[in-house]
Amino acid sequence: MTMSEEDVFQKVQGVLEEALGVDEDEVTREAKLVEDLGAESIDFLDIAFRLEKAFGVKLEQNELFPDHVLNDPQYVSDGQVTDAGIEELKRRMPHVDLTSFEQSRKVEDFSNVFTVEALVKFMQNKLSEA
Amino acid sequence: MRWIWIDRILELEHGARCVARKAVSRAEDVVHQGPHGEPPRLPASLVLEGMAQTAGILVGHAASFRHPVILAKVGRARFHDRATAGLTIRHEATLDRIDASGAAAHGEAELLDPASGASHPLASIELVFSHLDELPTDAEGPSPPTDHNFVFTETFMDLLRRSGFAADPGAATGTSS
Repeated sequence: MTMSEEDVFQKVQGVLEEALGVDEDEVTREAKLVEDLGAESIDFLDIAFRLEKAFGVKLEQNELFPDHVLNDPQYVSDGQVTDAGIEELKRRMPHVDLTSFEQSRKVEDFSNVFTVEALVKFMQNKLSEA
Repeated sequence: MRWIWIDRILELEHGARCVARKAVSRAEDVVHQGPHGEPPRLPASLVLEGMAQTAGILVGHAASFRHPVILAKVGRARFHDRATAGLTIRHEATLDRIDASGAAAHGEAELLDPASGASHPLASIELVFSHLDELPTDAEGPSPPTDHNFVFTETFMDLLRRSGFAADPGAATGTSS
């Protein structure tokens, strides 16, 4: 059965409420996981596990949050993501809008690309593959 | 003081579940009287630590103790009662998910009264563990999980052995007698 986009959003909302201990009204589509909802690095692992359980899908390591790209010297130089890095991130993260990040390219700003909307798009893509 | 908050492992199913027991004794310094004259009890934080150790052994055992496993997050912990002296805690940890990054588990702790045999819920706890870098292995297989693994120290491995389980998952699944 195909889930509507609203159904996916509500499930993602529930996962984030549980994983981050935030209220439903805080989990807006625009909310950034780190800056607005207070997620820390270990929360990303927890979120991935909970999404698997909630949606009944299997996520490969780094599939949802491919931050390992930022540890690869071929994609990062002087604390900034290179052109090749941006292309790699776009390839691995079609669910994320990298427009703002492309302006700064600073590794420290990368966490801001993870919004609730990005998670919803990711799960929609994942479910369409299943 | 040894930082170990379980006395014995009762059951260990590889990659699935682990059951451990802890007797709450008045002899322990940390078992103290409550603020309003309540009976001596084990602090809830140490009940949680006992569950984390039970689940941590389950997670470590699932990967032959190659990774140091650290408790990274307590997702939710609900305490239904207090662990008073004279009772026994039964920790049951179930593995929900494991991969190279870490693992998620949940645990149910029960209080058992040795006198009556009655039991009732003590706590429900969700845990997330992180795997530190995989430890080196030798040509014969997994390295002995002792000196180089600061998490699964000899104290833990001794507990495992004395409970009737081996570090080798192939030989350690089952129920302790």
